[in-house]
Amino acid sequence: MSHQGYVAAPPYSQAQPGMGAYPAGFGPGPNQHMYGHYGDQQQAFSPPLTGAMKSPVSAPGMPPPPAPSSHYSPTAQQNGSHPQRSPGCLDWLWSSSTVPVPKHGPTGSASHKAAHQSNGCHELGKLRPGSHAEPSSEPHSAPAHTSPCYGPAPGPSWAPPDVSDPVTPGRHANGWSSNGRIPHVWSTKCRPPNVWSTNGRVPNAWSTNGRIPNVWSTNGRIPNVWSTNGRPPNGWSTNVRPPNGRSTNGWPPNGRSTNGWPPNVWSTNGRPYAGPPAPGAGGYQQLGPGPNSPSGYPQQPGQFSGQMAGGQMAGPQHGFPGAFPGAAMAGPPQKKLDPDSIPSTVSIRHPTSPHMHNLCHTLFLSYVFPPVLLTQVIEDDQAKRGGQIYATNIRGQVPPLVTTNFTVKDQGNASPRFMRCTTYTVPCTADLAKQCQVPLATIIKPLAIVPKDETPLYVVNHGETGPIRCNRCKAYMCPYMQFIDGGRRYQCAFCNCVNEVPAFYFQHLDHMGRRMDFYERPELSLGSYEFTATLDYCKNNKPASPPAYIFMIDVSFTNIKSGLVRLVCDELKTLLDKLPREDGAECSAVKVGFVTYNKILHFYNVKSALAQPQMMVVSDTAEMFLPLLDGFLVSYPESRAVIHNLLDQIPDMFADTNESETVFAPVIQAGVEALKAAECSGKLFIFHSSIPTAEAPGKLKNRDDKKLVNTDKEKTLFHPVKGVYEQLSKECVAQGCSVDLFLFPSQYLDMATMGHVPGHTGGSVYKYSNFQVETDGEHFLRDLRKDVEKPIGFDAIMRVRTSTGFRATDFFGAVYMNNTTDVEMAAVDCDKAVTVELKHDDTLSEETGAFIQCALLYTTVGGQRRLRIHNLSLNCSLQLLELFKSCETDSLINFFAKTAYRAILNQPLKSVREILVNQTAHMLACYRKNCSSPSAASQLILPDTMKVFPVYMNSLMKTAPLVGSTELSTDERAHQRLAVMAMGVEDTQRLLYPHLIPLHNMEVDGSEVPAPLRCSEERLSEGGVFLLENGHSLFLWLGQACPPDVIQGLFNLPSLAHLQPNLSTLPDLDNPLSRKVRSIINSLQEQRPNSMKLHIVRHKDKQEMLFRQFLVEDKGLYGGASYMDFLCYVHREIRQLLN
Amino acid sequence: MATFPEFISQNEERDGVRFSWNVWPSSRLEATRMVVPVAALVTPLRERPDLPPIQYEPVLCSRATCRAVLNPLCQVDYRAKLWACNFCYQRNQFPPTYAGISEVNQPAELLPQFSTIEYVVQRGPQMPLIFLYVVDTCMEDDDLQALKESLQMSLSLLPPTALVGLITFGRMVQVHELGCEGISKSYVFRGTKDLSAKQLQEMLGLTKPSAAQGARGQQAPQQPLSNRFLQPVQKIDMNLTDLLGELQRDPWPVTQGKRPLRSLGVAMSIAVGLLECTFPNTGARIMTFIGGPATQGPGMVVGDELKTPIRSWHDIEKDNAKYMKKATKHYEALASRASSNGHIMDVYACALDQTGLLEMKCCSNHTGGYMVMADSFNTSLFKQTFQRVFTKDVQGAFKMAFAATLEIKTSREIKVSGAIGPCVSLNAKGPCVSENEIGTGGTCQWKMCGLDQSTTLALYFEVVNQHNAPIPQGGRGALQFVTQYQHSSGQRRIRVTTTARNWADAQTQIQTIAASFDQEAAAILMARLAVQRAESEEGPDVLRWLDRQLIRLCQKFGDYHKDDPNSFRFSETFSLYPQFMFHLRRSPFLQVFNNSPDESSYYRHQFIRHDLTQALIMVQPVLYAYSFNGPPEPVLLDSSSILPDRILLMDTFFQILIYHGEMVAQWRKAGYQEMSEYENFRHLLQAPVDDAQELLHTRFPMPRYIDTEHGGSQARFLLSKVNPSQTHNNMYTWGQESGAPILTDDVSLQVFMDHLKKLAVSSAA
Repeated sequence: MSHQGYVAAPPYSQAQPGMGAYPAGFGPGPNQHMYGHYGDQQQAFSPPLTGAMKSPVSAPGMPPPPAPSSHYSPTAQQNGSHPQRSPGCLDWLWSSSTVPVPKHGPTGSASHKAAHQSNGCHELGKLRPGSHAEPSSEPHSAPAHTSPCYGPAPGPSWAPPDVSDPVTPGRHANGWSSNGRIPHVWSTKCRPPNVWSTNGRVPNAWSTNGRIPNVWSTNGRIPNVWSTNGRPPNGWSTNVRPPNGRSTNGWPPNGRSTNGWPPNVWSTNGRPYAGPPAPGAGGYQQLGPGPNSPSGYPQQPGQFSGQMAGGQMAGPQHGFPGAFPGAAMAGPPQKKLDPDSIPSTVSIRHPTSPHMHNLCHTLFLSYVFPPVLLTQVIEDDQAKRGGQIYATNIRGQVPPLVTTNFTVKDQGNASPRFMRCTTYTVPCTADLAKQCQVPLATIIKPLAIVPKDETPLYVVNHGETGPIRCNRCKAYMCPYMQFIDGGRRYQCAFCNCVNEVPAFYFQHLDHMGRRMDFYERPELSLGSYEFTATLDYCKNNKPASPPAYIFMIDVSFTNIKSGLVRLVCDELKTLLDKLPREDGAECSAVKVGFVTYNKILHFYNVKSALAQPQMMVVSDTAEMFLPLLDGFLVSYPESRAVIHNLLDQIPDMFADTNESETVFAPVIQAGVEALKAAECSGKLFIFHSSIPTAEAPGKLKNRDDKKLVNTDKEKTLFHPVKGVYEQLSKECVAQGCSVDLFLFPSQYLDMATMGHVPGHTGGSVYKYSNFQVETDGEHFLRDLRKDVEKPIGFDAIMRVRTSTGFRATDFFGAVYMNNTTDVEMAAVDCDKAVTVELKHDDTLSEETGAFIQCALLYTTVGGQRRLRIHNLSLNCSLQLLELFKSCETDSLINFFAKTAYRAILNQPLKSVREILVNQTAHMLACYRKNCSSPSAASQLILPDTMKVFPVYMNSLMKTAPLVGSTELSTDERAHQRLAVMAMGVEDTQRLLYPHLIPLHNMEVDGSEVPAPLRCSEERLSEGGVFLLENGHSLFLWLGQACPPDVIQGLFNLPSLAHLQPNLSTLPDLDNPLSRKVRSIINSLQEQRPNSMKLHIVRHKDKQEMLFRQFLVEDKGLYGGASYMDFLCYVHREIRQLLN
Repeated sequence: MATFPEFISQNEERDGVRFSWNVWPSSRLEATRMVVPVAALVTPLRERPDLPPIQYEPVLCSRATCRAVLNPLCQVDYRAKLWACNFCYQRNQFPPTYAGISEVNQPAELLPQFSTIEYVVQRGPQMPLIFLYVVDTCMEDDDLQALKESLQMSLSLLPPTALVGLITFGRMVQVHELGCEGISKSYVFRGTKDLSAKQLQEMLGLTKPSAAQGARGQQAPQQPLSNRFLQPVQKIDMNLTDLLGELQRDPWPVTQGKRPLRSLGVAMSIAVGLLECTFPNTGARIMTFIGGPATQGPGMVVGDELKTPIRSWHDIEKDNAKYMKKATKHYEALASRASSNGHIMDVYACALDQTGLLEMKCCSNHTGGYMVMADSFNTSLFKQTFQRVFTKDVQGAFKMAFAATLEIKTSREIKVSGAIGPCVSLNAKGPCVSENEIGTGGTCQWKMCGLDQSTTLALYFEVVNQHNAPIPQGGRGALQFVTQYQHSSGQRRIRVTTTARNWADAQTQIQTIAASFDQEAAAILMARLAVQRAESEEGPDVLRWLDRQLIRLCQKFGDYHKDDPNSFRFSETFSLYPQFMFHLRRSPFLQVFNNSPDESSYYRHQFIRHDLTQALIMVQPVLYAYSFNGPPEPVLLDSSSILPDRILLMDTFFQILIYHGEMVAQWRKAGYQEMSEYENFRHLLQAPVDDAQELLHTRFPMPRYIDTEHGGSQARFLLSKVNPSQTHNNMYTWGQESGAPILTDDVSLQVFMDHLKKLAVSSAA
């Protein structure tokens, strides 16, 4: 599917609302484009999109055919010559656009007859106007895709022209931007490739030389490639082109190798990868001297092509079939990547070089190619800001990256651990915000863990009066309130209302106008603090009671047989001692309860007074109710003996069960009823095995239909079944009942529906497919322990208040919204984050800035009602540059991930992906246009703060939910979608860019963890051992040539061959290497909110496929472009926008 | 021939049958003119320790419509080995086992002294007895504690093979699984949702009864017929004792101003359903213990708001009892399910307020179950009564029988109209079924799921012989009562009673017929009719009907001159009858004033199941006087009997009351009984107490024991019962110092009799 996204690229220009406009006014286009978020615009887009796709069919007499024809022809040739080679591409083509074939085929061939694609180009150019009239006729992508279909016919005739590169470029043009802009170029030079390097220079180079080597020569002309930016475009274009080289089937290997110039780019830095991260400046300077690079070229070409192959074309071509001919034509057998060549490419450091900053006032200019290295950015930030104290006393200050270790000192703004924004400078006007397309959002993790070396939140108690709040907007007292009138009154920072200061709260002001007690009152001096809530803030005006944890174990055949039930029961005996407790409390106030179930439910009375537990069976699942009150929810320390007795018995009681049906909704219902009866909030831990098919409310059936993948109906796979579960979510939230689901499926169980309740009640879903105690037991138990022990608040309502001029408009997370402002969460734990989208409704003032106050009302694990307040002040600016300077990529991608994952519920994946790409391009184009110094259009110029944004974006688009692949299990996709919706910035960052840690040549003695590498296959080496981790999975990759002593050290085995498959733990060996590796793994396990199952993967194992999909810079396993391809594509889009 | 009284008592002794008339009018017309119908009080299982059960099965008449049992009234041809059925005159061959029969070698059933005989059915398995406890947990802790103890005690009284089950209920209903090791399990049901037997079976995970039955049919029941919920006492004795011990008061909070939510209706329904799907047609007792009214779900009789009191007679009359009809319907449906499966439903209701016995009465009445009403489970009244349920006879068998059917065979001249008593119709039509229905009619077979040795049915007959078809002199009408039942030992038994009475022509032999009148039996039979009517008709209508019948009887059998009340004379056999009627009119069976609907239901329940003696006590309490003037003596139930120097002992069946006269009370207060010189006073005080104890020990249900004195508040029980011969209206005119005036406007017996005479002799009537 993802290729479609990309492929769609061409259509993408059409798909946009601009679809019509785009081609027409390419230039003006960008501004008019609505790149908005899913919420508002998608709808507008999608219909045209489909229309566009289908138009060829629907408009029989369409004149535009010529235009398509031009596209077709090139592809046709290509197809003619290559189809066999890129079956993947073909498949894809078939699926997406068989329809147009008949229509265009003839026309296409006709035009071909007249001339090859150059003709087509002409026509295209001429037809531009026409195409405005019928935007739908633009279906570039469609033609591009369809080409294969009728390729065969024209193919032969085209074969000869094919041989020359002009042909392929033409195709590119078609694919990417068959827009009228280029016709010129085309007509004159038959060189659509301009798309990439509209400098015009390059085309010449091409046209004149008809060969890429020329490119090099041009390069040669511009020695200062980097500084002038002149060269890279070429590099790019050529880079993109390499495919051309390849696509022009006729090309001798040489041709290709020459194409492969990009290696030069890599090499220009001349920095051996192996070397330590070189200071940017150095890298930069090295790069400067053109001579180096030219000299490098000759040596590298072969490698490059190889690299390209490896990186981007190794798999079946999914990437940019139409758009990216190179990819499409990947056909010719690729050389395997030469690992040795890689290091040199990696060391490029421009992006981060301080030098660069100086030069371009933090703007960041770089070639797309080489791509900015994310690992480098992270490392740099760590180097620059790591280990330092980050004081939050400055408005609009951009915090360090999430990956950086720093200490926060709260001086009036909430720690970035609690709140992070996509940008810390808000554009003053809605227009500006619209223009830059940078979403305004804040990601709030209200109960984030505060590290030990930071001050925990103060609790302010104003006694019976409760917290002081603005009379009008009800904002809570905070550092932004302005005391006036000698301290008798204060002006609300949010609504500007002037309030009286209550008598008891009065305090004189000092000469600065600050209250004398400024430093004594957390609510006046800190960004985050808590208030003790009064009864007014409690349900029914009754004091809250401590929450309850209810463990609900599916004791059907599957779970008994897998040994899960025994495992859980045994674990609970120790785990229950570690229930979360209030700070300073001696023991946890949390009550516990137990339920087992298959198609009927068993409740247990474990009152401490009982000699033995009592089991109460409820078989009437139609109307669930709680069969007992007293003794169901008990204090663990008091009832320990009875509970242990029970936990000992449960596995035996059901040992000979043969009940395989289960219920599900009644189980949750039972939990809710229990909490209702106990008048408390709480959490259900449900250990469930299979799709609930027993006759009861919430019965589900298998609706996993792989045929829906890649269709408009795909979204139904992510939609929960209507009815019972929605109602249940509502009830859960009303009662403050959070649901954590541990699933042990052996087949489809309708995750989308089953996850609905957890997904709306601040719960989590854990999934262990084909669970086996031996291999997954420890993994599961780690999750369970983390889940039970983690700090959490219950029955929470969150309200985000903002100063006038903008407001919170949309909320993403495991939350429930009853109205548009109150974010209700049955529970919120330390890892749950809510992403809040902000929009302008007025103009903001640069002077006063913008304020956000997040107030979370919740019940602590000790049963106290609290208000947690987080305040954040942001800058406002009329300068887009300021905005881009304060962007926060990690937050941005979190926002994009969540919006996209929500959007797939409502629209086809294809348009979701398109919108993502569009917005990416648009943001970057806006920057380029408004903020960067003039430079050649062929340059990809990224804002410093967003330079790694494309990596993330690309990775995001390759995540399972956004990839339309039938190979991925529906449940898996739904699960990931669900998980991401509740994630904070750190988690999305890590998910989208896993850590790849080389273990083979690290210092085994120190505590230092080796620096992570880029997530690309290039980085792997046969003789290496790597650890990859993304917060959910953990892989230990062993190269085939892994030294025996490493194997010996890690596994106590003589060689790799002796390694058992499916190993999931490292043996406990007493040698430095083993200790070190295990300590790294353990510390990772500790840091992450989830347990990660360790997969030990040998190179070329079957399992390696799993591992490969996490190498996010490479081409996706199930489709999706490599980082470089994506950059190319984005760059092209940007350039289109700029024109 | 002995006198009629002797004859009557002899028959009652032997057969447990008392007829209103012991000589029957030979035509329908005459019979209807007798006012009191030909009817019988039948005590099918009257205790006959002298009667050895016969270890073979009865010989039946071969006529399909008859199937009467061979009896002493049959004519036997010893030579031909033939016998003629005395009901249908069918001639039957004796079975081969009777080959040796002769005049001198007669089987027991042919001997006249065996007019009542009991056979033991040899076929079929011995069924276990089943006791299913349905226990309310919404009660005060000490009540619950007392109940738990009673229940635990009862386990020791059950035969070891008896199956027991436990259902508890409060807001929810719990069916306890018995014999679980390590953990006690129960199945819990919502108290607001009724479940069909099938649903219940699924939810409890029980196997189909057909499988169990099938197994029972072929092979002997080696595998114990039990399931997880009903298990033999011997096996789960300890377990159940613990379970009961751990039983907690219903934990659901009851807010102020509310009644606890009590799911009685569903609990009983589940109990019925459980037995229905596991042990159909097997004797079983569902013993329901309730501490208050059902307040939710089907069968609820009152809402949980304390401010709305439970329905009173006033509400019912005003049609203001919102839940009554629905609840009654629910319990009726349950009763009918239970009775069709042969299961008994007992109700032990112990609460100060009403508990809904009115609605639930059919459960006990239709299934022959007990209904016990007391103030608390923590009273000896309940404890003793409950213990007495399990009393055993000399053979060590329970005095209760299960799943009985009573069938009636009649001679051609007489047909059965119906029955009144703790039974349900089996809808068996036959030649001996009259078209006129009285009570539960239209059948010649009734099911009595539970019965004991005093359970008595009133059976009403219709003489169908036409006036123009005279019966030859000396002809006798015969009746045969065939009672098949499950003995508490598990055996199936058949008790057959065959009895016959002479026919007489009412025109010529009216004196004979009048002399054969059994006024006690007649009073009770009429009372049952009246009570039956009272259930459905307005109180005054019933009384009017009763009065009219009495007047007609007086007119028919009195000896008087027209319009001269003073000339009215009644023969001895009728002399007490009007007095019975007088007390019946005042009894709680017909008067609802001062009684709650529950009490009325309770009294009526007891009245229609007990035998004649007990019933008579209920109608006209017995009063004994103790004084220094002589030995204890029965005295008139009259206010004149209340004297200062007397101690009175009144037995109303429901109450045993000792009343100390004014003087005696003063003496007692002064403590004379403590002084050795007044030992005789101590003896005097002790005498009625001892007598009362004796009564208390034998009576079931145990009566309320009241010790009161002149002026004591509880003396009202006595004052309300005695004939108010002296009231505040006439005490001075009567001019007598003795006795105690009763503050009432009720008419006294004297006034009643005067009116009666007047009306009887009136030619206008």
